[in-house]
Amino acid sequence: MLEVVGLVKTYPTGDHALRGVSLTVKATEVVFVIGPSGAGKSTVIRCINRLVEPDAGSVRLDGVEITRLTGAEIRQARRQMAMIFQEFNLIERLTVMENVLSGRLGYVSLWQAWRRRFPPEDVERAFETLARVGLAGFENKRADELSGGQRQRVGIARALVQRPKILLVDEPTSSLDPKTSEAVMALITRLAAEERIPALINIHDVALARQFAQRILGLNQGVFVFAGTPADLTREALDLIYRGAGEELTSALGA
Amino acid sequence: MRAWPRFTPRQIVLRLAGRLGAATILLWALVGMGIRWEFVGDSPAQVRDLFGRMFPPDWAFAGEIVGPLIQTINIATLGTTLAILLSIPVAFLAARNTTYNRATYALGRLVMSVSRSVDSLIWALIFIIVVGPGSLAGALAVAVRSVGFVSKLFAEGIEEIDRGQVEAITATGAGRFKVLLYGIVPQIRPVFAGVTIYRWDINIRESTVLGIVGAGGIGFVLNTAILGLEWSRVGLILLVILGVVVVSEAISAYLRRRVA
Amino acid sequence: MARRSSLAVEWRPPSAFPARWIAPALWAGLAAFVLWNALSLQVDPARVSRGLGRAWIVFGRAFPPDFERWELLVEGVVESLQMATLSTALGVLIGIPIAVMAARNFAPLPVYAAGRGIISLGRTFHEIIVAILFVKAVGFGPFAGMLTLTWGSIGFFGKLLAEQIENIDRGQVEAIRATGAGRGAVLLFAVLPQVLPRIIGLTIYQWDVHLRQSTIIGIVGAGGIGTTLYNSFARYDYDFSLAILLVIVAIVLLGEVVSAVARKRIQ
Ligand SMILES: Nc1ncnc2c1ncn2[C@@H]1O[C@H](COP(=O)(O)OP(=O)(O)O)[C@@H](O)[C@H]1O
Ligand SMILES: [Mg+2]
Repeated sequence: MLEVVGLVKTYPTGDHALRGVSLTVKATEVVFVIGPSGAGKSTVIRCINRLVEPDAGSVRLDGVEITRLTGAEIRQARRQMAMIFQEFNLIERLTVMENVLSGRLGYVSLWQAWRRRFPPEDVERAFETLARVGLAGFENKRADELSGGQRQRVGIARALVQRPKILLVDEPTSSLDPKTSEAVMALITRLAAEERIPALINIHDVALARQFAQRILGLNQGVFVFAGTPADLTREALDLIYRGAGEELTSALGA
Repeated sequence: MRAWPRFTPRQIVLRLAGRLGAATILLWALVGMGIRWEFVGDSPAQVRDLFGRMFPPDWAFAGEIVGPLIQTINIATLGTTLAILLSIPVAFLAARNTTYNRATYALGRLVMSVSRSVDSLIWALIFIIVVGPGSLAGALAVAVRSVGFVSKLFAEGIEEIDRGQVEAITATGAGRFKVLLYGIVPQIRPVFAGVTIYRWDINIRESTVLGIVGAGGIGFVLNTAILGLEWSRVGLILLVILGVVVVSEAISAYLRRRVA
Repeated sequence: MARRSSLAVEWRPPSAFPARWIAPALWAGLAAFVLWNALSLQVDPARVSRGLGRAWIVFGRAFPPDFERWELLVEGVVESLQMATLSTALGVLIGIPIAVMAARNFAPLPVYAAGRGIISLGRTFHEIIVAILFVKAVGFGPFAGMLTLTWGSIGFFGKLLAEQIENIDRGQVEAIRATGAGRGAVLLFAVLPQVLPRIIGLTIYQWDVHLRQSTIIGIVGAGGIGTTLYNSFARYDYDFSLAILLVIVAIVLLGEVVSAVARKRIQ
């Protein structure tokens, strides 16, 4: 279970990205966060796995306080939280297999990492996962030979081989076309359910959130202004979430 | 009928002034050349005479330049290798995204500038004082001279890396060195390989002349032949240098296309 | 997939070569080559240790740098500047027609071949070798140096400008050609406007490079600050040498800054 309480982050540039954010993601739950760009969605996720240092607040994963960890302990904690990125962030010049296996980097020695000699279980798991995301036989292709949808599938596989306690997913479909977006989102939610892994998913596209979510949070200028089910997401609620964001609501509704 | 003046009167005056200024500077430079016209008038004959003596080249001398030629290639290769080893730390210091603080960044940039603004021949003169004449001084000169060029391009490669890929590896819980190995090395490898090959090619050309100041290689034989007025040997040596430079350029171009 | 049995699974990154042993063999070969290189240097440890000991004395003598004979220094710098400036002007003047010759989209094949030939001739030999030959032809002094730099710039300038001409927008050329203009008018109205910023940029860069080169060709008697430097080395005036070196570093860096600023301004 992930418990976030009172998270505050002000960037050195003076941007008040988070002004006190609290949320919980229970054992096998999938929580969606919507909100205009600049609302602070990415910052929430990055504060959870400490890619960004929060200024105040608490983050607990299965009871372990993440914000107080240092050095090696942070890395230990990051292995438990797998991240999926908007821009995929694959290592473009490495093969698909190396990209997937990089999810295991926290568990192998530097020498094994250098020689690309991962334990057989990891390799087996990587093959399996590739098959599950629909990329069987792609292991020797280079990441830069793949299409956007295929890249994100590799990103998903990389996250799954980590055997994480939670998936942190940051706008996984924003770089994809509508049809691929739906397929990728279906894949993420299906795999999370099968593996019984909870997930926190940022998303820009309200229609997709409605389609796949049980619980949705709405973020605006660094604070949550909405929490509810897709049914609760009325026109008024949307206006509140996208307040001050100009035309963005129209684009988020996919109009 | 209307006239269409391309320039306003003010522009015309400015352009005229600019041209006069440029002409004055060039004239000043020309006077500074201290040209002795009797020599210049004589030069076509001189050149014809020179080429007459150089060609046909003295093929019998070919056996004696194989050794110095290999030495030249060795100087270039070793100098390049040394330069790469020195350049990697300098580049990480001189790249904005990997340096520690402003002081280390400035240090990296300083090393770069000094290395690049002193020519390899001058570096050779300096190293000859320290280690004596010969190939070692040559290799050191090539290395020190190359560091600026190589580390500058390395640093640019490092500055261009995609942060997202680094972040993705960091997010898996990998440590510093694994992030370097998986997040950074694959991104900078093609740049590093390309620059290395390119600089090796340049260094071959530079190594052909280091011998003129006593730092080993085929330049030494060239200088001896010139001082001894053995022009047919000079002709041969120039042909060989031409060949080596063309071949190394071709190799370098081929390899760079392969690593890109 | 047979290998995906429950037995231990192995996966190794595909090799860039037909066989797996080739890559490590190439690396080993390269390492052996470099090692052989290092051994073939015939380093004389005694000489090096003597030299290192003496280096301290030499560098001690170089400090503080001696600017006493600043007139000589100024003379050398002025000569370098004159050589660099004049040779840049001449190089551009000769380089432009050669670039047109060597642009595949403008020159007929034989002219193109000739242009490329001239360019590679200008680029192959190190400026020191060219300087030696020019000194023989026109005598010692900055004139030989100036000719050397001009020679080099024909290759350099010609090559880069030719590439630029090859990459221009065909549409503009066609538009001017469609008016019935001749070859010269096409060059003047359709090509020149497109490459002019590049010509100016290259000219400034060229001047910067020439300034650099003018600091060394003096070693073989072709004038400039290099002559002053070489003489000071030959006379073991190391404190004067250091002064000259500092000045060289300064003017080269200054030249680089001037050139960078000027090129940014015109863009
Ligand atoms: N690295 C950063 N440095 C400075 N400001 C940032 C940085 N990252 C994000 N911000 C700012 O923080 C706010 C929230 O950004 P972000 O979390 O990326 O929002 P979202 O993901 O919802 O689009 C924005 O105003 C953004 O400009
Ligand atoms: Mg975002």
